[in-house]
Amino acid sequence: MPIDRAAVDHVARLARIALTEEERERMQAELSVILAHAERIAALDLDGVEPSAHAIELTDVMRPDEVGECLSRDEALANAPAVEDGRFAVPRIIEDA
Amino acid sequence: MTELHWLGATELASALDAGEVSAQEVAGALLQRADEVDPSVRAVLTRTDERLLEDARAADRRRAAGALRSPYDGVPVGYKDIFVTRGTVTTAGSRILEGYVPPYDATVVQRCSAAGLPLAHKLNMDEFAMGSSTENSAFMATRNPWDLERVPGGSSGGSAAAVAAGIVPWAWGTDTGGSIRQPASLVGIVGVKPTYGVVSRYGMIAFASSLDQAGPLTRNVRDAAALLEIAGGHDPRDATSIPGPAPRLLDGIDAGIEGLRVGIVAEFMQAEGLAHGVRARVEDAYRRLEKLGAELGEVHLPISLEHGISAYYLIAPAEASANLARYDGVRYGLRVDGEDVVAMTSRTRAAGFGAEVKRRVMLGTYSLSAGYYDAYYGRALRVRTLIKQEFARAFEHVDVIASPTSPTTAFRLGERTADPLAMYLSDLFTVAAPLAGLPAISVPCGLSPDDSLPVGLQLIAPALQESTMLRTAYAFEQDLGFAASPEGRPPL
Repeated sequence: MPIDRAAVDHVARLARIALTEEERERMQAELSVILAHAERIAALDLDGVEPSAHAIELTDVMRPDEVGECLSRDEALANAPAVEDGRFAVPRIIEDA
Repeated sequence: MTELHWLGATELASALDAGEVSAQEVAGALLQRADEVDPSVRAVLTRTDERLLEDARAADRRRAAGALRSPYDGVPVGYKDIFVTRGTVTTAGSRILEGYVPPYDATVVQRCSAAGLPLAHKLNMDEFAMGSSTENSAFMATRNPWDLERVPGGSSGGSAAAVAAGIVPWAWGTDTGGSIRQPASLVGIVGVKPTYGVVSRYGMIAFASSLDQAGPLTRNVRDAAALLEIAGGHDPRDATSIPGPAPRLLDGIDAGIEGLRVGIVAEFMQAEGLAHGVRARVEDAYRRLEKLGAELGEVHLPISLEHGISAYYLIAPAEASANLARYDGVRYGLRVDGEDVVAMTSRTRAAGFGAEVKRRVMLGTYSLSAGYYDAYYGRALRVRTLIKQEFARAFEHVDVIASPTSPTTAFRLGERTADPLAMYLSDLFTVAAPLAGLPAISVPCGLSPDDSLPVGLQLIAPALQESTMLRTAYAFEQDLGFAASPEGRPPL
């Protein structure tokens, strides 16, 4: 199934990637080709086949809930593009009342 | 004596033990080699000369004091730039992490340092390990040491090229769909993808978490076994790490393969696109295994061949789209300002991600989105079950499965960049093992008669049977003699 322009734009919004006009066009063509190949699996009879999210099953890995080593605040903030008062700074989310 | 830069890790360890060289001399020789060849090979993303020399000095002091940390103390190791290194820039080949200085070491790095291995450079890679040629690095394309107009494979192309060119004796890479084995094959060295969970993923920048696995790229099979012993084994910091100590892989590696049952994948040998020269060398390899006492038979993996690429290129991008959500311009990496959070994040990711990463994040987001989940991601997970089952059936009859690693030898730079699907088909024979979580190795089997470029033999074993796989590869390698001879080195 070829993917249309509206689907490209919808997915780009979900993925939080601001695509240029040229990228939107290329993405539509390339994703269509890749998905056409991937659709080969539509031909397989998969009734009754369980999905495998993992190759090697390990379930319920537990550890004691104890305080261990962790990064200091300065270390955690050292790579942040913007810091304010010892916190990560982001554009305003909530408008003033 | 062979020049120091051509020695493998075990040979260097012996030379250090015999007092023939010091760790500082080894480090110095490797740095000189990097000066000579890396301007043309371009395997190294961040050179760590100072750190390497400092670590080597410390190794020499330990040796003088009789306080060695391991038999490999003083033998330098390189890292794909996907392993975080405390205090040393780590980018995963991406602009979005340009200049990122991690506050901690990956478990692999920690364990190698604890064994006394000096840190030798951060090596180039396809951005976030997405690619099969290392051309998707945001910073530069690495060249194949055998022919500088050709790619070294990917995504661990920098690690593979650095080992093949004599810049480091061994290096760490990561494999999600073939990213260790395919470059190892294309540059004529050994590459191992262990069973999922044998090597900790802690501090390995995530691409597709259910598939990603770290492994060694080395000049010979023994070195690969040794590096896995150093860094493998359970890590409480990785919940998917298999409980138990590091595997013992060197014991019995030279026991031979008399009576071992080797299954040749019938469908892979009939695959369209298998190059004539690759087929010729791999068929020679099968005959050699038989000569060494193995019993050859056929196994069938039709789903892996027909549907492996489809399943892989739905599952891996889906996981990647979730993993890469963390690059939002807030906690680390690039930020491009915007009027609100959504605009800031969307512009940051537009500027920071390269074309292939955008393509895969889009593909993954699409296949997970409402209305398409069942048709794409859900079905791909079921195909994964079928692939696991067909491997299980094959291993009822054989101990090890053999095939070519890559359908072709190294291709030319630019040859497949315009066609993403053609690039994806480079992984035709390698995607099945990670989907099933199985260990696999690529071991050189000589040069193609068509173009005189290296060809790799892939061996796949049941989960946690690395020792059988390595014993097979070792017997083959010793009998072939390619790795140890000057013929096994690129003309560089």
